Amino acid sequence: MSIKAEGLTYIYQAGTAMESYAVRDISFETKDGEFIGLIGHTGSGKSTLIQQLNGLIKPTSGKIYYNGEDIHSEGYDMKRLRQRVGLVFQYPEYQLFETDVLTDVKFGPKNMGMSDIEAEEAAKRALKLVGIGEDFYKRSPFELSGGQKRRAAIAGVLAMDPEVLILDEPAAGLDPLGKTEILETIARLHRERNNTIIMVSHSMEDVAEYADRIMVLDDGKLVYFDSPKEVFRHYEELEKMGLSAPQITYLMGDLKKRGLQVDDSVGTVAEACREILRLWKEKEEKSAE
Amino acid sequence: MIRDITIGQYYPTDSVIHRLDPRVKLASTMLFLISLFLTESIVGYVFAGAALLAVIRISRIPFKYIVRGLKAVVILLFISVSFNLFLTPGEEIFRLGFLKVTREGLRTALYMAVRLIYLIIGSSLMTLTTTPNQLTDGLEKSLGFLNKVHVPVHEIAMMMSIALRFIPILIEETDKIMKAQMARGADFDTGNLMQRARAMVPILVPLFISAFRRAADLAQAMEARCYHGGAGRTKLKPLRYERRDYIAYLLVALYLVVMVVTRWL
Ligand SMILES: Nc1ncnc2c1ncn2[C@@H]1O[C@H](COP(=O)(O)OP(=O)(O)OP(=O)(O)O)[C@@H](O)[C@H]1O
Ligand SMILES: [Mg+2]
Repeated sequence: MSIKAEGLTYIYQAGTAMESYAVRDISFETKDGEFIGLIGHTGSGKSTLIQQLNGLIKPTSGKIYYNGEDIHSEGYDMKRLRQRVGLVFQYPEYQLFETDVLTDVKFGPKNMGMSDIEAEEAAKRALKLVGIGEDFYKRSPFELSGGQKRRAAIAGVLAMDPEVLILDEPAAGLDPLGKTEILETIARLHRERNNTIIMVSHSMEDVAEYADRIMVLDDGKLVYFDSPKEVFRHYEELEKMGLSAPQITYLMGDLKKRGLQVDDSVGTVAEACREILRLWKEKEEKSAE
Repeated sequence: MIRDITIGQYYPTDSVIHRLDPRVKLASTMLFLISLFLTESIVGYVFAGAALLAVIRISRIPFKYIVRGLKAVVILLFISVSFNLFLTPGEEIFRLGFLKVTREGLRTALYMAVRLIYLIIGSSLMTLTTTPNQLTDGLEKSLGFLNKVHVPVHEIAMMMSIALRFIPILIEETDKIMKAQMARGADFDTGNLMQRARAMVPILVPLFISAFRRAADLAQAMEARCYHGGAGRTKLKPLRYERRDYIAYLLVALYLVVMVVTRWL
């Protein structure tokens, strides 16, 4: 279940005056069942990169291997790849088109050659996973709220039962509650099914919370691909790329600058809490001595 | 894929053609199209082709890019050429089953093809070198006299410029929706005609919805900025003829004279 990229480069409108490099010489390999956060400034090439991973666009140069097989080799089954590497687009709710939610979610599985009954079962499973109840099955997708639409659209990809799930800014444009719900759903999926997940995001906070490793893109180049802790250590460099570490990392950085021996690479409030408590206890023990 | 459609797109380079007044380009394109029907001699077509090539060279738009735009109309070209080829009565050269090809048919088909190709290249050259805004500015000004007979020139020009502006947006949107549906296993390239037509539904429904949404948003944004039509509206950059524009007119006039002369060659 691993995706391996070798020297991926993508140029939009190559050979014209509007030629632009979107992705430059990117290489990486994913591990089984890991949660990867993909982060980068607007226009840094995140969407372009992930669309290459399931063969929707072909890299200008470079190779992509899925489970060791070159996906652009002669006779490779693209349809099967797209079933195994599920891609949820940015604002996926704009792809809903059917008369009711259930039929829309069935679209993917049916394209994969499932029978109507199998597809229906897959669709129901997926809708349950994203938390859309039975009373919505027969409703028009256009009557749902923004967050519900988003979840129905994600179910449309989940129904194909992908091994790797790639999501392009799944929480963009949602209110804080809708955002947490979506992110929690994805985290739960990850825990329950142990899929490999690549989640694109603008927000370091979101990524810090869930990701095992973080991929940082800047101007089409892969700058960091490491654990959140290691990446956040470079918060000053991140800032130069128009990104920022989570706010809590700054707070810890400030604390350290004031002479407290805290770890300044933590990315979540929970970790920071533990860190400060640890320091507190140490201090108490010292004063007790 | 769908992005290969270049008709109606703008291609930015820094050339004299780009800097010409849009009215010059509009008039020249019109005259060029008319000139194609003035001549009937090979010399005329060769000359028109040479003129076209010269303009392409000056515009610094890669020839390849222009030819790519032709791909979108290949079917149209094919149909009109076949009609002319097989359905023109006259002296028979050879036959394919019940279809016979005549000398006259061959001739008309060939001329037809050349005319159509020139026509498409000529008009896409105009849109490639002129931004939609300039184009509608030019149209509005050239047709301004129609205001006197109560034709809402400004409103028509505004609608046109919006429509032109929407072409690339909708192309991009279509591309995105197509990819999203392909990620769900949709297949647009195989199957018979019925299956292919049905495969379009997952693209068309979201596309229409988004087009309506965009139109509504745009209308609201225009109203919010107090847009109320053409009356009393002034331009930030009023169109004014320069020396190069007069030279261009002169060259076009010369070209026309030559084309008319070739009629009798
Ligand atoms: N269809 C296209 N044609 C030409 N250039 C494009 C196209 N799509 C993207 N680009 C360019 O490629 C670069 C990378 O775009 P991409 O959409 O991958 O960025 P992104 O990281 O996903 O940004 P965002 O966070 O805004 O979604 C940008 O500079 C963009 O202008
Ligand atoms: Mg993006």
